[in-house]
Amino acid sequence: MRAVHFCSACGKVQPPVPVDYFTFFGFARKLNLDTAELEKEFYALSRRLHPDVFGQADERERAWSLEQSSMLNDAYRALKDPIKRTEYLLRLEGVELEEQSKQATEKARATGELKKQVVPPDLLEEVFELNMHLEELRVQKKLGEDDPALLEEIGKAKLSLEEKNDELLNELKAEWDKWDKIVDSGSEGDRRKVLDKMVDVLNRRNYIRNLLRDVNEAME
Amino acid sequence: MATDIIVGIDLGTTNSLVSYMQGDSPVVIPGEDGLNLVPSVAALDENNQIVVGNAARKYLIETPERAVYSIKRLMGRGLEDVQDELKLFPFQLAEDLHDGEVLRIKIGDRTYTPPEISALVLRQLKRNAERFFGAPVTHAVITVPAYFNDAQRQATKDAGRIAGLNVLRLVNEPTAASLAYGLDKKKNGTIVVYDLGGGTFDISILKLHDGIFEVVATNGDTHLGGDDIDNLLIAIALDDIRGDLGLDLRRDFRRSGEVVARIRQAVIEAKIALSSQPTAKLDVDLPDGKKYQREITREMFEQMIQPIIDRTVGPCKQALKDAGVKPEQIDEVVLVGGSTRIPKVRRLVQDLFGRVPHTDLNPDEVVALGAAVQANILGGGSEITQDMLLLDVTPLSLGIEVAGGVTDKIILRNSTVPASATQHYTTQVDGQTNIAIHVLQGERELARDCRSLARFDLKGVPPMPAGLPRIEVKFLIDANGILRVSAREQRSGKEAEIDVQPSYGLTDEQVENMLLESFDFAEEDFRQRQVIEGRREADTILMALAKGKKNQAWQELTPEERGNVETLERALVAAKHGDDYHAIREAIDALNEATMHLAELMMDTAVSTALKGKAMDDSDLEEGPHAGHPMAKAEFE
Repeated sequence: MRAVHFCSACGKVQPPVPVDYFTFFGFARKLNLDTAELEKEFYALSRRLHPDVFGQADERERAWSLEQSSMLNDAYRALKDPIKRTEYLLRLEGVELEEQSKQATEKARATGELKKQVVPPDLLEEVFELNMHLEELRVQKKLGEDDPALLEEIGKAKLSLEEKNDELLNELKAEWDKWDKIVDSGSEGDRRKVLDKMVDVLNRRNYIRNLLRDVNEAME
Repeated sequence: MATDIIVGIDLGTTNSLVSYMQGDSPVVIPGEDGLNLVPSVAALDENNQIVVGNAARKYLIETPERAVYSIKRLMGRGLEDVQDELKLFPFQLAEDLHDGEVLRIKIGDRTYTPPEISALVLRQLKRNAERFFGAPVTHAVITVPAYFNDAQRQATKDAGRIAGLNVLRLVNEPTAASLAYGLDKKKNGTIVVYDLGGGTFDISILKLHDGIFEVVATNGDTHLGGDDIDNLLIAIALDDIRGDLGLDLRRDFRRSGEVVARIRQAVIEAKIALSSQPTAKLDVDLPDGKKYQREITREMFEQMIQPIIDRTVGPCKQALKDAGVKPEQIDEVVLVGGSTRIPKVRRLVQDLFGRVPHTDLNPDEVVALGAAVQANILGGGSEITQDMLLLDVTPLSLGIEVAGGVTDKIILRNSTVPASATQHYTTQVDGQTNIAIHVLQGERELARDCRSLARFDLKGVPPMPAGLPRIEVKFLIDANGILRVSAREQRSGKEAEIDVQPSYGLTDEQVENMLLESFDFAEEDFRQRQVIEGRREADTILMALAKGKKNQAWQELTPEERGNVETLERALVAAKHGDDYHAIREAIDALNEATMHLAELMMDTAVSTALKGKAMDDSDLEEGPHAGHPMAKAEFE
């Protein structure tokens, strides 16, 4: 059921009700989502909720339109991107992703250590080597030198990381399927297991993404 | 409300325009001089009256210390971030400015904030529209560079208010241009708007979808435009003049204001000429009978400006990346802004996007036309705009300062607006009743590298043990790209009071005062103009009377009549030296009345002279006391 945005009798905009983003669009809390359908809904609701449509309306309606359309935009932004959608669902299900990272940061700061990134074991060797190469590249750049062999090595590593990234996305999507099946019927234990797995995949993916960012920065 | 006129306004760095929707097509409203462009220039004239637009332009050269241009560069800026501008622009800041205060610029012996100077330009546009419609105009849509930050947007809105305009919406300039462009095309696809104006550069990438204009990414530089090209050419000229003629104009920039203003005029003309000709000549008179002459070829010109126009490449690439669009996926490229007339700029755009850009719309007017379309939409729309809707984005990420001076981004750049984010706060100390929040705008990691937007002080937190209060703060960026903040203590449900200290802006109270002052000034200006006009009229009549006294008709009057006229003549001379318009007016009317008989007699003399076959001295006729006023009466609001 979609949340009520308009008066059923007169069709006028209503004050927003505090609902989750899935409900806002009238979607089930599932992760496999038809993004074409989402976009269509987004455009259709924009035409009715955007403040531009309320240029001549009274102040109260204008205020509601502002709140409704900001919620529409926030919801669309969160749902259209697969990673943001997963993160949003995790938050809805009580997993404090930011809290986890915030706590880790604070702990690292308190102990004066660098924030520890847990290297996925299967990547240990690759990451070690890549970091050496990147360091070498930075030194060379400072000296104004150019080593095509090194660039090729890093390029290869980059490609491999991108492949890993894609694999992880597929792994995540497999968890989506599991979630969508049990969302209505599964036991709390089953649901927790899937949620935990998604957190794990997202953490690994985050790690890869940070590495890729470092590579891109060093190569620029 | 529905019948109120809403105009569209392009408040540009160099020129400004006002427009409206006439039936199905947007049109620009010309000024009294018949011209569409109103130069964004304000000056004080010989009578200490504010003049704006084309009328003000000559003062840029004659009395540069009494004129201001390119004020848009200073909108929403603080003292510390205009130091570079001051080296290049002859802005004269008030001497008593201190850090954190809104800038004030000197024009003659008065000082104005940038929003007040912009308001002078806006008021001129408002007057032009009112003259055109014959009715008051109080509602407007004003365009701003897409890359304007919160403070620059707020300053523009303040300018509107000071000018007596209710600003219904700020629209991003490239987006407005796309509205004008898409009005009659109505097709789907991805378009890029490259907008290089007088002082700002914007790049926007939009998806057109059945009348929805969805901006997917925007980027830019609010201090990059034709002005920078002019300043570069001026700098080169000043170096030449020092090298060849041993004249160092730069050392005493202020005293050489007039010469530099002439050089500026000359390089602008050369720049414009070089868009259509292979060479252009600079020829400027210098002090002591010296002359600066130089020929510039287009090739030299293009070499010189390369570093400036290259600065547009980075933002273009970033916007493409943010939009997730490759150049080959772009269907159309639209050029906006006067600086896109430069052939080199066109080639750069063509190379960047692999597409020949559109040049069929007048780059000076397209933004104003789009503003009129948006004004029409906000006014309830018409058949042609019915399906049109603009979905714009915020150009810069919004963040809050957290522990360690780090920026925590809560709304990312290129988010569709309106957009919001909610944050929860609590207290650190038992009984704490205030919480301070520092809001920032920008992409950098550290708070000190971002633009400080405002400091919010949440007041009246119920005294509780530390960590217990739970305050929800909602940050909302509205459709104008301007931040609104509200806060609620969740345990008590009480709306928290927020004390806002804008980092670079006027408070509401200041804007209100300026609005009132502008009325006072308008009143004062109006009164002074009436006095000046009255004096001119008095002079005309007194001159005509002096002539009449030499006419034989004067002798035909009775001695009483002559005495009466001379008494009233002295009264008018006395009134003329005062500054009471009503006294001058009454004295004029009285003298007119008293000289009625004299005029009749003069007329008879002239007619009988004519009948006698003598040539008629028409000056007697035309300049008699009853001759029409030689000038049309000035019109006022």
